Amino acid sequence: MTSQLDRDARVPELTLSKVVKSFGPVVALRSGSLTLQPGSIHALVGENGAGKSTLVKIIAGLYRRDAGEFTLRGESVDFTSTAQAKEAGIAVIYQEPTLFPDLSVTENIFMGRQPTGRFGRIDRRAMRRETQEIFERLGVRLDPDRITEGLSIADQQIIEIAKAISLDARVLIMDEPTAALSGNEVERLFAVARGLRDEGRAILFISHRFDEVFDLCDTVTVMRDGAYVFTTPIAETSVDEIVRAMVGRDIQELFPKQETTVGEELLRVEGLDSPGVFHDISFSVRAGEIVGLAGLVGAGRSEVARAIFGVDGYTSGSVTVGGKPLPKRQPRAAMAAGIALVPEDRRKQGLVLESSVARNTTLAIRDRLSRLGILTTGRENTASQVWASRLEVKTSFLDTEAGTLSGGNQQKVVLGKWLATDPKVLIIDEPTRGIDVGTKSEVHRLLSELAGRGLGILMISSELPEVLGMADRVLVMREGRITAELTRDEATPESVMFAATHEQEPAR
Amino acid sequence: MTTAAPPRQTPRFAALGRGLKVRELGILLALVLIVLAATVRNPSFLFSADGYRDLLLTPSILLLVAVGQAIVIITRNVDLSVGSTLGLTAYLTGRLFIDVPGIPVIVVFAAGILFGAVIGFVNGALVAYAGVPALVITLGTLYILRGLNVAWAGSDRINASDLPRDFRGLGTGQIATIPILTIIAVLVLIAAAFYLRNTRGGREFYAIGSDPNAARLYGLRVNRRIITAFVVGGALAGLAGVLYAARYGTVSSGAGTGWELQAVGAAVIGGVAISGGSGTLWGAAIGAFLLLTINRALPILGIEDFWQRAVVGVLIIGAIVLDRLLALRQSRKLLEARETE
Repeated sequence: MTSQLDRDARVPELTLSKVVKSFGPVVALRSGSLTLQPGSIHALVGENGAGKSTLVKIIAGLYRRDAGEFTLRGESVDFTSTAQAKEAGIAVIYQEPTLFPDLSVTENIFMGRQPTGRFGRIDRRAMRRETQEIFERLGVRLDPDRITEGLSIADQQIIEIAKAISLDARVLIMDEPTAALSGNEVERLFAVARGLRDEGRAILFISHRFDEVFDLCDTVTVMRDGAYVFTTPIAETSVDEIVRAMVGRDIQELFPKQETTVGEELLRVEGLDSPGVFHDISFSVRAGEIVGLAGLVGAGRSEVARAIFGVDGYTSGSVTVGGKPLPKRQPRAAMAAGIALVPEDRRKQGLVLESSVARNTTLAIRDRLSRLGILTTGRENTASQVWASRLEVKTSFLDTEAGTLSGGNQQKVVLGKWLATDPKVLIIDEPTRGIDVGTKSEVHRLLSELAGRGLGILMISSELPEVLGMADRVLVMREGRITAELTRDEATPESVMFAATHEQEPAR
Repeated sequence: MTTAAPPRQTPRFAALGRGLKVRELGILLALVLIVLAATVRNPSFLFSADGYRDLLLTPSILLLVAVGQAIVIITRNVDLSVGSTLGLTAYLTGRLFIDVPGIPVIVVFAAGILFGAVIGFVNGALVAYAGVPALVITLGTLYILRGLNVAWAGSDRINASDLPRDFRGLGTGQIATIPILTIIAVLVLIAAAFYLRNTRGGREFYAIGSDPNAARLYGLRVNRRIITAFVVGGALAGLAGVLYAARYGTVSSGAGTGWELQAVGAAVIGGVAISGGSGTLWGAAIGAFLLLTINRALPILGIEDFWQRAVVGVLIIGAIVLDRLLALRQSRKLLEARETE
């Protein structure tokens, strides 16, 4: 390995400076900066939504930046496709590997650049041999001929890494590669990463596990709210400093939740289990209470919500509402029992975008509104007006198509739709994702008001300030398990982050 | 929790890989059984000179269309306009011989193939760039092309006497007892199957059909490949149209009606997944043979006309259900293998 001095004197492999990217009104990246040195493993950390993924996608050629500088080995670049980024020696291993499930392991590694012989015939033997060589070098045993469907995430990632190696990539970006890996697999991956570093490649490692960051990386860059915070050598910082930089906001004042008297238990979930998705999920929600469900993206929170509501099944455990058990896989029964689910992706799962606001808000109560199976627009409008006024959606909106509303107003319409069913328990997944700051607090005020009326609310949120500000109790999930249950007083950015990211000794 | 794959995994998955190949063998076996059954019932089914020839000749044109269709389906698309393309090209072929006396046969072939390719290009470009599902686009072009054919031909039809003798000879002639049509079809099949199995471009069709988003992330030129698939499919339908004229001599404005569905049926029966990404051209080719041979065998086996269509339907549904079951079983096995590691 080269000495620290030598390394610093070299031209950086990749630099990003004050890069901006927005999607319509939503600014995903305000000012992203990053410098990757050859022969270095660089950590990129930040909360969900801090802009890490957007940054990676710009490097990968998937998004084009709106402003800012992007250079590769000192030369300015502007990728318009992933093929160009690949050509320039950038390999990205996404959190969810993207493979072709119907094709063999070998073909997945070499797709588009298979070794060929006469008549452009693919030299399968050479391809297979090279695959095996790479696997040997990585120390993994994988059948090169099997199709990739059904492989574990860990093995799929190995294929992605093999792809990067066969490409001889100069820059290797790993987006939370360890999220789904076991201890051994992580060790294997790290050994590979160190080997690649010693060959002089630049590696960007995105992770929420600080122990891994400190174990593997030599430099760390922190991002927050779509902007660069700082970059420092790992040796000169601490977990505390990084967490503070990641969170760094005054939280309590932003999201006031009214104090309410907590009443009877409305929802009880016991020992819910779904292999490979979540395990042993138990908790309860009481009247007037907002229970926050925190954790990283992919921890299994939305899946739990879907299982409770009956969209997905589960293998064991039980869900009871107001003391009565709820049957599996029957959303209608869940609705009848008084559960409402506001899904994460409201455009896809919560709204009929082409229909009017009035029709959307009355969608869940069509049966009750109709007489002899006939539903008149007049009746729809009357019913929706009640909710429109309560949710402070302007009534002139009632005739407009739901798809044309802003994110915040769409969320209100979805809320209105479910509140019209007069639910006892509201499960709301990422209530303010993609909603501007002004409307955000309105949604929060609404939720708080609903809890005040005796509704039990389970709020899934990846935004730490939201969870801490709104929730009476915080459940933290990590990799399919609840790793902490914190009271409002116990819940701090650090304690939630810790439970969401740290390896708990698994009870086997 | 998964760990490094244990060595015992290898033979099991190798067996699974072989299991997939059996899919084509299975329908080949079905084909052989049907031919045997019909021959036992009526030996002339296979052993008369005509019987043997018809057995090879009739499916050869469908084979070409089915191979083209299979390529399109493998990219997770479908081309419903091939029947109309075939009909229009067949009529074009006849018109060329009538309107341009003495036109060389090879030029007519080139014109037919080119014509089909252009139609394929239009379909492909619309699908790739307009982002409209292939089902809708090609349903539209199916009707448009058929409309053009009717407008052009009217109640007119091409008759065998309009076509030169050497051209007609292609449709009925044989080399070493094998019909020329069949030889052409099999040569095309071999070339296309080689391309799909053994070249970069061919494998990209599979990759795109397997996961279009992953293909884009890979930096594959998805749009270009999809257009290529449609161009090849259209060109093969064009070639089939020329051969249709040579084989039947009579071409009306309704020629080729319903062929698109037969081609889809042949591909699906042959194990080409309708959701893209898997299946072989050999499978589609055998599927074409099976489909048409069944049609001919059923009357001999004493099954009424009404039931013949129903049997084809059952065959298609059966093939899809079988594929689904195989896929489910396979993914269950793969999952089990993972859990027990």
